[in-house]
Amino acid sequence: MMSTTQYASFKSRPLYGTLSPVSATAHLVVAEGEGSEAVKTLVASASAEFLDNATLIYAKGSGPEDATDAMQALGFKRFHTSATATASLPRLNAALDRLRMGTQIYLTGNESALSLFVKACADAGQDYQGLQTEHHGSLARRMQCVHCKGITENVTTQPAECAHCGLLLLVRDHYSRRIGAFQGVNINAEDPADVPAKEEMF
Amino acid sequence: MSINAGIDVIVSDVVEVNSLIKRFHFKRADGQQLPAFSGGAHVVIEMEDGEQRRRTPYSLMSSPFDTTDYQVSIRRDDEGRGGSLYMHREVTTGMAMKISYPANLFPLDLRARRHLLIAGGIGITPFLAQTDQLNRLSADLELHYGVRSPELGAYLPELNASLGHRLHTYYSDEKQFIDYDELLTRQPVGTHLYVCGPSPMIDATLNSARSLGWPEAHIHFEHFAKSPPGEPFVIELANSGLSVEVGREQSMLEAIEAAGVDAPYLCRGGACGQCETKVLEYDGELLHEDHWLEDDEKARGQKIMPCVSRFRGKRLVLER
Repeated sequence: MMSTTQYASFKSRPLYGTLSPVSATAHLVVAEGEGSEAVKTLVASASAEFLDNATLIYAKGSGPEDATDAMQALGFKRFHTSATATASLPRLNAALDRLRMGTQIYLTGNESALSLFVKACADAGQDYQGLQTEHHGSLARRMQCVHCKGITENVTTQPAECAHCGLLLLVRDHYSRRIGAFQGVNINAEDPADVPAKEEMF
Repeated sequence: MSINAGIDVIVSDVVEVNSLIKRFHFKRADGQQLPAFSGGAHVVIEMEDGEQRRRTPYSLMSSPFDTTDYQVSIRRDDEGRGGSLYMHREVTTGMAMKISYPANLFPLDLRARRHLLIAGGIGITPFLAQTDQLNRLSADLELHYGVRSPELGAYLPELNASLGHRLHTYYSDEKQFIDYDELLTRQPVGTHLYVCGPSPMIDATLNSARSLGWPEAHIHFEHFAKSPPGEPFVIELANSGLSVEVGREQSMLEAIEAAGVDAPYLCRGGACGQCETKVLEYDGELLHEDHWLEDDEKARGQKIMPCVSRFRGKRLVLER
């Protein structure tokens, strides 16, 4: 399902759309977890030739569902599986090295996986505006502590502790595309004894 | 207006590059360094041509790492409105002139993994500055340069020396042409495309890139449009309460300036959007020549870019 909590609260906050097939010389689809739903819909609405020059990289992810068999059955020309989004990155990087301009890139999965996938594309020189994205699953965030620069994965609370320096951070919608993470800023710098209650937020 | 403030310069050298092109060097009149710029930037040169003050944009071609002087190369255009002829005939070493601060409407996207540069004729000039910048960054680049003949291919020896096998030349006199589809199909993911040259070349490149599915964010082009000569006409400036005649060889913007009205501008080539002006009323035809307004905006007839566009008809009222 598209998240209803996404809105342009901050200019850099990524917004996701709906994958839809376009005319291109090749197609690269990268999916994590429940993003398998978006891949099924994408293939169902594509022409028969779509799969002939298409690569699918599927990471099962941490959820209970495993769509690996269903993804394999779709009939992509090239198909790769990984356990997690992080583990799929070498595959994604290899595909980005191999593919040519004119390849349409489709990315789907949870917020954290999308951060990783978009960053990998950016590191390969591919601008985020040319990528198609669709969100499925968790809203848990990758967060960068602006103080120690450490990245904390799977942040679901507001505020959240930095896994590296231990500061209590306000998780902002301010997003760094270069780093692929939301920015966390110390919430109680004036009085470390003032500890606001944590809420499950993402 | 501060955006239009200029720099007083002295012409420090004029070099004949070939039978059509001259290179002009400018140093600051006060002996200081010129402002820093990035590859792809241009300056607007002011020319006091008799009764007429011309202001024309030219790409900076010298190294962005050397601000002791600025260099531009200008191709003589015998059919143009006279700016290039003035530069070729009247401008000599030692002359005092005024240029604008540099502005860049054609910057490199340094996040690219590879830079594919396509130049046609005098459109090579921004790429001279850009290849210098990219070389110092050890960036991956290819330059494809189309010209009529080796004799008219400005800066070929310099480019050969700095780029080697990364320079690809196409001589139209020898029936050599760029195969855009082939060239754009074999570029790796992460390539950014830059094109500067005559309109047909830009159109062919953009058409090929778009039909092959290149994302817009990876496509960069620069083409300074020109205000073509045309029938004189009159514009009414509503805010200033003036009626101004635009001469045959004059742009609307030049006519507005000549009437003493301070109008905004930056590139004077229909590319930057700075001089966009509201059309309050008109009876006739707006002759749009810019790359700024969208086609539907041009069709609606509520805006015009006075730096390059003209008018034919009975009455034109601008909000200026």
